[in-house]
Amino acid sequence: MNQNDTARHDALVLKVRERFGNAVLDVDRSFDDCALIVDRTALRDVLLYLKNEHRFNLLMDIAGVDCMNLPKYRERFELIYMLYSVPDDLRVRVEIAVPELEMDVPTVSDLWKSANWAEREAFEMFGFNFVGHPCQKRLLTHHEFVGFPLRKDYPIMGGQWCTSTSDMTEELNEPR
Amino acid sequence: MGIDQSILPATKDEAGIVTTRLDEIVRWGRKNSLWPLPFGTACCAIEFMGVVSSKFDISRFGAELVRFSPRQSDLILVAGTINYKLAPVLKRIYDQVAEPKYVISMGACACSGGFYDNYATVQGIEQIIPVDVFIPGCPPRPEAILDAVMKLQERIAIEPVTTRGRPRRHEVTEKMKDPR
Amino acid sequence: MSDQKPIDIQDFVPHDGATRAPYSSADFDGDVDPSRDDFNEGLDLPDINTTPMYINIGPTHPATHGTFRVYARLDGETVEKAGVDIGYLHRGFEKIVEIKQYGQVIPYTDRLNYCSGLTNNVAYCKAMERMMGLEITERTRMIRLIIMEIQRIMDHMICCGAIIVDIGALTNFWYFFNAREKLNELLEALTGARLTYSYTRIGGLAWDLPPGWRDNVKAVLKEIPPAIADVRGLVEKNRIFQDRTRGVGAISAEDAISFGWTGPCLRSTGADLDLRKVRPYYGYEQFDFDIPVGANGDAYDRVIVRIEEMNESLKIIHQAIDRVPDGPINVDDKRVTLPAKDKVHTSMEALINHFKLVIEGVQPPAGRIYDATETPNGELGFYIISDGSGHPYRIKVRPPCFYTMNGLKFLIEGGMVADIVAILGGLNVIAGELDR
Repeated sequence: MNQNDTARHDALVLKVRERFGNAVLDVDRSFDDCALIVDRTALRDVLLYLKNEHRFNLLMDIAGVDCMNLPKYRERFELIYMLYSVPDDLRVRVEIAVPELEMDVPTVSDLWKSANWAEREAFEMFGFNFVGHPCQKRLLTHHEFVGFPLRKDYPIMGGQWCTSTSDMTEELNEPR
Repeated sequence: MGIDQSILPATKDEAGIVTTRLDEIVRWGRKNSLWPLPFGTACCAIEFMGVVSSKFDISRFGAELVRFSPRQSDLILVAGTINYKLAPVLKRIYDQVAEPKYVISMGACACSGGFYDNYATVQGIEQIIPVDVFIPGCPPRPEAILDAVMKLQERIAIEPVTTRGRPRRHEVTEKMKDPR
Repeated sequence: MSDQKPIDIQDFVPHDGATRAPYSSADFDGDVDPSRDDFNEGLDLPDINTTPMYINIGPTHPATHGTFRVYARLDGETVEKAGVDIGYLHRGFEKIVEIKQYGQVIPYTDRLNYCSGLTNNVAYCKAMERMMGLEITERTRMIRLIIMEIQRIMDHMICCGAIIVDIGALTNFWYFFNAREKLNELLEALTGARLTYSYTRIGGLAWDLPPGWRDNVKAVLKEIPPAIADVRGLVEKNRIFQDRTRGVGAISAEDAISFGWTGPCLRSTGADLDLRKVRPYYGYEQFDFDIPVGANGDAYDRVIVRIEEMNESLKIIHQAIDRVPDGPINVDDKRVTLPAKDKVHTSMEALINHFKLVIEGVQPPAGRIYDATETPNGELGFYIISDGSGHPYRIKVRPPCFYTMNGLKFLIEGGMVADIVAILGGLNVIAGELDR
């Protein structure tokens, strides 16, 4: 990308470090990107800060990763939030490490509406539990599917037959 | 809909001319007016849209009237990948189509799962519904789809008209080798 | 349903006892228009006991382009609540690429947005080349730009044709499809395939342009503007089309950005975000083109923005087709490019290089990258995690229509059933990309 990015990323990292101090564990600047690796507990504060103070108003994507087969990793799972600032044309990633036994993560679907489905997909594929999500249900797999398909220990050939079509009447009648 | 054979003379030779002609007329009508139900899910559906368009006209074969309702069609053209979530839907649609019904499985994904050999894709729709013609290709060329419709027409031209005693697939292929 | 009392004819007899219908044309003066709000005033209609009706649109339905399902609870014609059910084309892209090599992922990316397969190929190869630090040749850059713009026209043709067919005008679909077939012949001459091209490779292209291809492009490009103008003339000022799409499914720019919309759907709301202008790649900055931007974010704007974008793409191709420089098409880097066959048969290093590339595949450095490209549907992003081996550790696809579909529930609740169809068409939801 262009040189302007590096300077702006540097300034951004400085401000975030100033504000959050030890919660920012690491910064990954490879390939001219900027990824902030933060502590799990500070996730929502960092995202709120980036949205309000630095105008990152578009949440591009939320990716889950199962780091089990990587040579070195902090915890088994990671969640990556990719943010984009429409007025400033700047991208930043916020990454957190999530251990296997405590997969509760606060939701950001009230900050950005795009998180609604992105978090549903991360829940369905890996098993993260987004606390406070309005409708944490499966999205892409069928309603009789058991398991989290994108985990590394889920067999790639583990197809599961679905014997009936799903009825959505109860979901529509929930008071929401 | 077929003709109840019991109201006609018992053997074919006795009233050979009437029965054979009627059978032929019914078969001619059936094969030249197949009404497809394009069960299109993925890329093959776009190729099917190309077949229906004016360059590779499928209406030359009488199969122009695509009907998206199973009650109004007789040829289910499964075009695209079928995954486990869509399998019960496909089975239900197949059950809803009235006899005589024909199934064409179009594309590598419908024939055998394609190159998606994983937890999500059904490895061929033959696991769910019986198929009459398979079209390989990813996606198959429109000429291949027209060829499949022609092969299906050849097959309809020799099968018996009533649904009782409708031959299984291997019987028909035997007959196609020696159509007499 | 069992507690609904049976309909009694006494309910329909007017209260003054006369045996006539509850209302007749004598009650009205002027035009009788049931959609007017005061239609029922002054009439003695009994209190009708209604129950909500649940309808299911899809997964097999002529108006849903792609398999997904919209389940709605209706009160009359109004949608009270809706739910969107996707996943009927979930093919496990992200799981199956973990056992393939990086070069073998390219055909899988073709099938993401299958109406414009080459754009996805270019997007993936662009991300891989950035990860490996490759600088592709000038000729490849220009060819990739031209084929992406041709695909943009083709994708918008399918999308606009489909919306207009859903609203009821079938002719335009054929006009667009004929024009698309002509463009498809060009790409078939170039790549050999009609829909899933898989033409790009990491570091370049599969093979070079055939002789005379550029002249063919120029000849075909003369025939496209009349088709677009035909459809535009039939549709743009048509009273029925305007009634069905103006004001339908309107969304503000802030809401659209919050939902994660990009591409023509976002541009129809007024925000002019286009990666080709904001962050140009492959030489887009040297061409003169505009970004059409709508005003209201309704279904009408979405169609017109796409038609305008087709005209802008034509402009770009006209300027670019004469500026394709000569030169090699594959970057000269032994980490990605197969050596020439005559060297493979004569030189040991080339033989080993060929062997390693085929058996182990391209091996990018360990790390993570996110790269985005402006596809006809919006921003397609690839988040690739590599562990240094020849197989990707994780590829996450950021599909543009996943996020436009996210906003569908918000758009259709409160509207009418017929509006669902008009809105769905405008979002250009391709199930291959939505479900991956």
